[in-house]
Amino acid sequence: MTINTQTGWMRNRLGEGVWKNRGKVAVAGLGHSPVDRRWETGNFDKSLGAYSILAAQRAMEDAGITADQIDGIVSAPGPLGDNWGPSRPYFAPPYDSEDGITKVTAEWLARGLGIAPDKLKFASNEPPYIGLAWGYAIEAIATGKASTLLMLYPTGNVEGRYHQQTEKRLSGATKWPALWGWTGGSTYAYQFNEYTRRYGGGRAEVARFVANLRRNGLMVPWGYYTGRQQKEFTVEEYLAGRFINEPLNLYDNDLPVNASGCYVLTTAERAKDMKQKPVYIWNHAEHLATMRSTVQTLDEAQDWCEASARKTLEGAGLSVADIDIFNPYDGFTLFAQTWLEAFGWHGVKKGEALEFYKGDISVEGPHPFLSSGGNIGTGRTRTAIYTDTIEQLRGTAGPRQVRVRADTGVAGCVLPQTNGHVVFGKHLP
Amino acid sequence: MAKPVPAVEDSDRGFWEAANQGRLVVQNCSACNRMQMPPMATCSSCGKKDHLEWKDVRGRGRINGYCVQHDTRVASLREDMPFNTAVIELSEDPDIKFFSHLPGVPAGKVPVGADVEVVFQEVEPGQMIPEWKLA
Repeated sequence: MTINTQTGWMRNRLGEGVWKNRGKVAVAGLGHSPVDRRWETGNFDKSLGAYSILAAQRAMEDAGITADQIDGIVSAPGPLGDNWGPSRPYFAPPYDSEDGITKVTAEWLARGLGIAPDKLKFASNEPPYIGLAWGYAIEAIATGKASTLLMLYPTGNVEGRYHQQTEKRLSGATKWPALWGWTGGSTYAYQFNEYTRRYGGGRAEVARFVANLRRNGLMVPWGYYTGRQQKEFTVEEYLAGRFINEPLNLYDNDLPVNASGCYVLTTAERAKDMKQKPVYIWNHAEHLATMRSTVQTLDEAQDWCEASARKTLEGAGLSVADIDIFNPYDGFTLFAQTWLEAFGWHGVKKGEALEFYKGDISVEGPHPFLSSGGNIGTGRTRTAIYTDTIEQLRGTAGPRQVRVRADTGVAGCVLPQTNGHVVFGKHLP
Repeated sequence: MAKPVPAVEDSDRGFWEAANQGRLVVQNCSACNRMQMPPMATCSSCGKKDHLEWKDVRGRGRINGYCVQHDTRVASLREDMPFNTAVIELSEDPDIKFFSHLPGVPAGKVPVGADVEVVFQEVEPGQMIPEWKLA
């Protein structure tokens, strides 16, 4: 995966020590749209733009502020799902813009919220996905580019199968794997085979993990399955799922959805006067890696995740024993154990994750891993991991509220090869 | 197995020309003394293109791992599902990886760690691609 983005703002080097702005930025609000499959209704009445305005309004309401207090917007505008889909089933060009339909830029959202352009000190669509958008938005506050900012993550969804390669003649960098049919989650299926060969265990343990993610997801009010699925997803259902890239099956893949999430970020000082008790940013860290050859190996994934973990914790001045809530990325499920072991959360060492899944990982228990339900439990919003971490620290996670201490949390996205993580704190450092 | 066909591009022309002659070559940076696969326009280590060359290799390797494709996104391969896609590490440098369908090996019955050797399959008249079979 190649990420085309500026890197100067990133905290992507080991050995930089504790982040100098630790505790100076806070999350003051969060809001979310409904989560659906746009084409379920067969009409345009729920555009990504409308969902983004709704998410932003809810985030501002949550923070107790109005649009005239916003002086910055950061969006990872997409398109995401739409870009991967088949030919767009919309009316043909010319029309004025994709903006608000398959993507949502900072400028579009500002117009939608009635924020005058001259009020906006900082508007950016630079980050390619939410894992980097968090760090980018945090830096915008920390460096004074904006004082109160909306960070938006819209994710679109069109009907049909994504990423289909119908051409007989394949070109570009993707031809090397695609000539042999190596697509989708093949890399993580291959890594999982190697993982189980080295350390033992198998899909039966993953089944417990997936069932728990789906259970947690049903406790997210806006989760895709909430209200649509009347009973809990079972281990047996997982094991009966059809294979896509064996050993990876249908339920190891997250469900593409139409949704938008939004967060209010501001200075710790300003956050004190807002409606919610602030959740402070203790660190953000980014990691971009390059594969040695045609395929990402398990060794590479483990090394990259460990580097991400070290940077994430180092900048916060914390050890993993200090981390209460842990919401790494899970879309595909078969690499979630790599994050767990790289961070060493709850003492899990390399090769021990599947055994850990056999214990009590429910939100009621002592090891509430991925209390958000992740993408697998809520749909591919990529927001649940962040929203849950903030809500856990606020103590507002409802039935998902963990019974263990919830003073600190880590959430991150996306893949071992390219990711960003955020350390959240209930208290100031 | 009906395979898709590679578009020959500037950075990999030497690879495909060699394949069409029944030779396996890997791009090598003589300045870094480092092979790279897949071929690229520049050396992934030093970033330069001036020292890139095509190096003949023996065509021997080892099965590093695999998965089984039940639902590939590549349309021209769908009629053959399920099929293996194995990762082959090159004898001269195990960091250099190739893919293979392992012709003759049933889906899911891949002997990880086994030795393999390259063969070439014609995917359209005049266009060969490397495959690997058990040695």
